[in-house]
Amino acid sequence: MTLTLELAKQKERSPAIVQTVFLGVGLACLLLAPLFFYPVFLMKILCFALFACAFNLLLGYTGLLSFGHAAFFGGAAYFTAHAVKEWGVPPELGILVGVFGAALLGTVVGFFAIRRQGIYFAMITLALAQMFYFFCLQAGFTRGEDGIQSVPRGHLLGFIDLSQPTNMYYFVLAVFVIGIAMIWRIINSPFGMILKSIRENETRAISLGYSVRNYKLAAFVMSASLTGLAGGLKALVFQFATLTDVSWQMSGEVILMTLLGGIGTLIGPLFGAGLVVTLQNYLATSEFPVTIITGIVFMVCVLLFRRGIVGEFYNSRLGRRLGFEHRHKH
Amino acid sequence: MIFGIPLQAFLGQLLIGLINGSFYALLSLGLAIIFGLLRVINFAHGAQYMLGAFMAWLLLSHFGIGYWPALILAPLLVGLIGAVVERTMLRRLYTLDPLYGLLFTFGLALTIEGTFRYLYGASGQPYATPALLMGGANLGFMFLPIYRGWVIVFSLVICLGTWLMIEKTKLGSYLRAATENPVLVQSFGINVPFLLTLTYGLGAALAAIAGVLAAPIYQVSPLMGSNIIIVVFAVVVVGGMGSIMGAIVTGYLLGIAEGLTKVFYPEASNIVIFVIMAIVLLLRPAGLFGRDA
Repeated sequence: MTLTLELAKQKERSPAIVQTVFLGVGLACLLLAPLFFYPVFLMKILCFALFACAFNLLLGYTGLLSFGHAAFFGGAAYFTAHAVKEWGVPPELGILVGVFGAALLGTVVGFFAIRRQGIYFAMITLALAQMFYFFCLQAGFTRGEDGIQSVPRGHLLGFIDLSQPTNMYYFVLAVFVIGIAMIWRIINSPFGMILKSIRENETRAISLGYSVRNYKLAAFVMSASLTGLAGGLKALVFQFATLTDVSWQMSGEVILMTLLGGIGTLIGPLFGAGLVVTLQNYLATSEFPVTIITGIVFMVCVLLFRRGIVGEFYNSRLGRRLGFEHRHKH
Repeated sequence: MIFGIPLQAFLGQLLIGLINGSFYALLSLGLAIIFGLLRVINFAHGAQYMLGAFMAWLLLSHFGIGYWPALILAPLLVGLIGAVVERTMLRRLYTLDPLYGLLFTFGLALTIEGTFRYLYGASGQPYATPALLMGGANLGFMFLPIYRGWVIVFSLVICLGTWLMIEKTKLGSYLRAATENPVLVQSFGINVPFLLTLTYGLGAALAAIAGVLAAPIYQVSPLMGSNIIIVVFAVVVVGGMGSIMGAIVTGYLLGIAEGLTKVFYPEASNIVIFVIMAIVLLLRPAGLFGRDA
């Protein structure tokens, strides 16, 4: 009993400092990273990390497994690419177009999907995303199999030339930090607490008088919008938008990143995304197909490693001593 | 002429719809059986369907074993592989959130499909129609390739047979009882863990039967499973997984709906099932035959 009390006290004191230190070191790493790594590689990681964190807002904090997030990611990439290339809007506005489009899509998909729970929710999101895939395949503005190519990066606020890799990197990093900060704000708000209560016990949340449906839909739209932020950003980084980003494989990939990094941890998906992107880059030159590795990692994670990297760290002796706690059920 | 469409074209698409429906019915039947007992959505169902087709192709090209033995051997093999997967891995996930079962089988599907793509390439392999079922019959109002007729009849027989097995036999009654209350059934001395293995194997075998049936119609390709599984998920959402018969009927109905859409509005034919799913979700969220909301 006394031990638990002591631990509890420790927990109250240390995490603020420890977390600040971790945050500072992490930010410093991200700021200095372009000195050591290829910027496009880093930007790819940041885009996917933001995607995975946005996805995790839904899976980790609301307990909803969406199998259709590629629709918002790839959809936003198309919207941003189209706006920047065809309408000639500046990049910041282009990304907003992507976010808005993803939010709209998220509202429609979410509206249907929240009518069922659990496993059905996953299947509905998958089916609706596949429907969007077929739409993208046939719609004129997506240019079918070719995708939208050579999207200009343009000038941020009219004077920062984003075709410079360094400028682009710090722009991506800034958007990433803003996105993560928004997610942090959401999960630590009273709204976020209600989301977690829905995750833990939906029936009880209903009986406490919360209109669970509205909360779920709101969480879904927020997650879709932030996913759109990542997707729009990705379209600018790679300067194209293709069907790959709306395919169901992409939805699977983001689940893997989140699972690998740690479902229900704020920064876990960042590590998951980093690992998966690194693995893909590594295997891109070999003949061995990435899907086999992805599939095996998936199975191993589910069987043995459900907390993910960051979750395991939080639960390890060191993590606990540092005052991290990880309350997500497994 | 029906609504300005030549009768020939109309019936032709109806037939194609019925064939697609046969596959949807067989696959959603397997999904429903597995889900009923294991509470796992078997994402690997498409991969097992593909595996069935590939087994038939491999048996023919490597051992010279033809269609008819393959129709029995391939499902047996795939069922056996399924049983091993259930015994060694899937079993550990029953106590967890059902979502983990979905994620595990998703990983399994990726691994199987990736492996076959690596070994045999993404392009399809042709599989000849068995000699006995070659040719076609002129029904007067349309030309019916015999093999397609066979697929429709055989899948109907398998679906009804499985339904009868579950509803009317002793084994079926164990299965249904274990679906309702596994702990109680176990306490009566029935080996429920074995029942679960059997069920997963049976579901996988059903998918493989569909695969063998599909081999002469479509090309045998590593991607054939992932293309169909998402549609089958939508079928399952429409039907609701509460009833076996519901899964079968919904499969055929949606296949026919898809075929008819090809006649009247071809552009929408690959999304019509998803649209129907959305409408059903609006009007009857539990699904047409669903019990659970």
